[in-house]
This record gives sequence, structure tokens and C-alpha cells, in this order.
Amino acid sequence: MIELQNVAVGYGGADLLAEMTLKLVPGSFHFLTGPSGAGKTTFLKLCYAELLPSTGFIGLFGQDVRLMGRDDIARTRQRIGVVHQDCQFLDHLPVAENIALPLTVAGRHVDIGELKELISWVGLRAQSTALPPQLSGGERQRAALARAVMTSPEVILADEPTGNLDWEMSLRLLSLLVELNKMGKTVVIATHDLNLIRQAKTQISARVLRIAGRRLHLAGADL
Amino acid sequence: MIRVVLSLFRSDVNPADRVVPPSSYTANLTVLTAAAMAFLAVFALALSMASGRLADRWSDALARTATIRISAPPEQADTQVQAVLEALKTTPGIASYRVLDDDEMKKLLNPWFGPDLPVETLPLPKLIELTETSGGMDAEGLRMRLAAEAPGAVLDDHTRWRRPLVEAAGRLRLLGGLSLLLIGGAMAGMITLAAQASLAANGQVIRTLRLVGARDTFIARAFERRFTIRGLLGAGAGTLLGMAAVAMLPRANEAGGFLTGLGFTGWGWLWPLVLPPLAAVVSFWATRAAARHMLRGIR
Repeated sequence: MIELQNVAVGYGGADLLAEMTLKLVPGSFHFLTGPSGAGKTTFLKLCYAELLPSTGFIGLFGQDVRLMGRDDIARTRQRIGVVHQDCQFLDHLPVAENIALPLTVAGRHVDIGELKELISWVGLRAQSTALPPQLSGGERQRAALARAVMTSPEVILADEPTGNLDWEMSLRLLSLLVELNKMGKTVVIATHDLNLIRQAKTQISARVLRIAGRRLHLAGADL
Repeated sequence: MIRVVLSLFRSDVNPADRVVPPSSYTANLTVLTAAAMAFLAVFALALSMASGRLADRWSDALARTATIRISAPPEQADTQVQAVLEALKTTPGIASYRVLDDDEMKKLLNPWFGPDLPVETLPLPKLIELTETSGGMDAEGLRMRLAAEAPGAVLDDHTRWRRPLVEAAGRLRLLGGLSLLLIGGAMAGMITLAAQASLAANGQVIRTLRLVGARDTFIARAFERRFTIRGLLGAGAGTLLGMAAVAMLPRANEAGGFLTGLGFTGWGWLWPLVLPPLAAVVSFWATRAAARHMLRGIR
């Protein structure tokens, strides 16, 4: 599905991340931890071809990321739902249209019933006609999650999805992601919230990865 | 290509249209630019077409007329005129000829010497005006014959007048065409700049669209549609204004010079209507180039 082999990524001659090897199998659930600035966002960007590795191999759904054309990247992103840290929306479109955006750009039919159901699922029914700037931080995170899963992608990458949320809202969002994983989606959550990880491990079998010293480590045992 | 351009005007096949914020000043600037350029293009087109007509008219009118000037002592003048008339009578390719009388000579000299010129007291040459048939005459043959039969007669077939006039009209036509090209190029440049500004202002929108899996074609289409429609509307308005302005120019008449003939005639009025679709095509390609260039910088 997503495979990294001995990947390094650098900037200005210095490696930001190095010797990273990982294989995300379908239906798996991963947490990605590490201190701020460790490279969690960079790692996720590699996973949806926003960045290219300096060295090593990245395969997305069997395709070498270096050999992918721009249209290939677009098609691949239709199979990956990304929840960004800063939740980028089109501010001139209502929430409902933002959530349906992955279908719109893919030229696929938007089933209004399904869209309403999804909006209700993330608890944004009352805000569906609001514009993104009118949403609170938590509402934006949930809208971003709804958009990420709109096309029923095979992989969901979430970058600090609970960063701006209180504990109650964080748990709610986590339960949404856990539910998606139970539906067979592969989930990767970048977070430094260890309580969230502990909470998740009570509900689901999750692997915890840690980025430290520019390298990726398996760090599940100590949590 | 035509199908692609036409599809831009169908909102039902353009969901891309809504993903870009509705309006910006650069889009309005495009309308203004297209209108101004189309307005100028109408005049360039009118200039080019008027020059063409003028070149044809001068060439045609001067080519089919000639003058024979007879400079001879007064006692031989009538004899030589008769000899020339006899020669003309038997020369093939001449449709008509006549000797200019004193009143006509006075009229010709009026601009230089005034109305009181005593033509009969002056040693003026006799002038014979002739008109060729459409087949034309053998000017060199006639010159040789005149030299033998009327030594004081000189044939002027207007070649030395005609050539520079026709060349000048041809150059004017070329300048008109060149102006059209320059206007088209300037319009493409300005729309490219406006599209680039619009794309840069919508950088965040474009990044979000790429993130959710939009292809370059989808993103570019949103901008192409917007700028093509604005280019078409602006050029349409500019063309109509330009045509109205040309129509309001003074009408051509004999006293008027070149400027009074600046305009369109008959089916020629349809030519400016080509400008709006042409502006739409220029807008489409300029925007596509700008969009593709900008998108290359975003993964």
C-alpha cells in the first residue's frame, strides 16, 4: 500500500530524516510520535507524494513515487485522505461543498444522502451551510476528517488532528478514526499526545512509531 | 479544440468553476484590457482594409489612364495633335481619348496660378487624356510610334506616380496587419499577467485542490473558463464600440482624402466580428500557459 525503503529526505545538503523503512499494510493503525520539529509532518508528506525522497524508494499503491506523473499523483491522492494540521479549506465554499470536494475534483457524482450522513457522523449538521472561517478549531478538524474520508480512501493520514481540541473532542475524533479503521481503512496519526495513544490502544491494536535522531523507531512497548 | 473551448461555456460540465473564489480585480481588469484591445484592433483592421482598398483603387485607376503631352512650337502644335490622334485611332488597347480644352487646362492650373490665368497667351503644351481597355495597351510600341510621327509628344503612363502610391498603400496595409498582431500579442501578455496574478492570489486554493486529488487539467480549467469568458465579453464590448466609432467617421467623398475612407464596406463589416472569438482563443491559451507554469511549482 505505502512502502518506504531506506528513505532519506534532506534540505540544503543536510538530512532531515534518514534510513526510514516502513510498510503500511491494509487495515493497520499507526501512531507517529516524536518531539515538535522531529519530522512527523515531513514523513506524512512523503506518504502522499508532497515531497520526494533524496534517496531510497517510496512505493504508493505499487508505483514508484519518482516515476509518477502529476496526474498519477492526483489519482493516488484520491485514494489517500489527508487531515492537515492547519485544515486547509476553500473559504468561499460552504462546509458541505468543502467536504464533497474530493468527489467534485475527481468528477464523481456527489450523493447528497451520503454527504448528509457523513456530515451528521462528524457532528456538523448544523454547520453544513456555514463557511469554513465561521467554524471553531474542533469543527474544522472534524470537517477535515469528513473531507478526508469522503471518497472512502484506503489510507487516512492525520497530522496532529487533535492539536487544537480539548480532551473530550479529541476522544470523539479518535473514535471516528478507530471506527474507520474497523471498516478496513489504514490509519496513520501523527501526534505527540501520549494520552491519546494510550486511549486508542485500549480500543484497537495500534503500532506506535517514533521519530528521533532523524530516524524512525518502533516505540510501542513503552506505552 | 473547438469542443474544449465550447465546453468552457457550459456551466453544467464545469464543476471546476465554483472552486475558485467568484471574482477578483484581475478578472475585471481582463475585461477592460480585452475591451480596449478589441477597440484598437477594430481601427487597425479598418486601417488595413482601407489601405487595401486604396491600393487597389490607385493601382486600378492609374493603371488604366495615361496622358500624352505635346510640346511643340505653336505653328506645329495642331499638326502634331492631329498626328497623335491618328496614331491613337489605330493603336489597339485604347478605349477612349480626348484633347483637354483650355477650360480644363485652366482648371488644372488653377491651384497654382489662380483663376485669372490667360491660358491662351501662354506656351502651354497640349494634353491628350486616354483610357486603356481592360486588356491594356503596348506603351513602349506607342512611344516609338509617337517619336516617329509626332516628335513633340511624350507618353506618360503614370508608372512613376503609381508605383510609390501603391507601395505606400501596401505598406499601410502591412502596418495595419502588424498592428493587429501587436495588439493580439499585447493582449495575450496582459491576460497572462492577470491570470498569473489571479493564480498567485489563489495559491492556497490550488494547494488545497491538489491535496484532495485535483488534476492540473481540472484546476487550469477553472481559470481558463473564467478568463476566456471575460476575454470574450470584454472584446465583444470593445468591438461593438469600435465598430460604432468607425461608423461615425465622416463618409468618404471625392473631396475627402484617405481618412474619410477609413472604415468597412459591405461584407467587410463582418470582419470585426471575428475579433471577440479570437480574443477568447488568445485568453484561453494565455491562461492555460500561465496556469500550467504555476502548477508546475506545486506538487
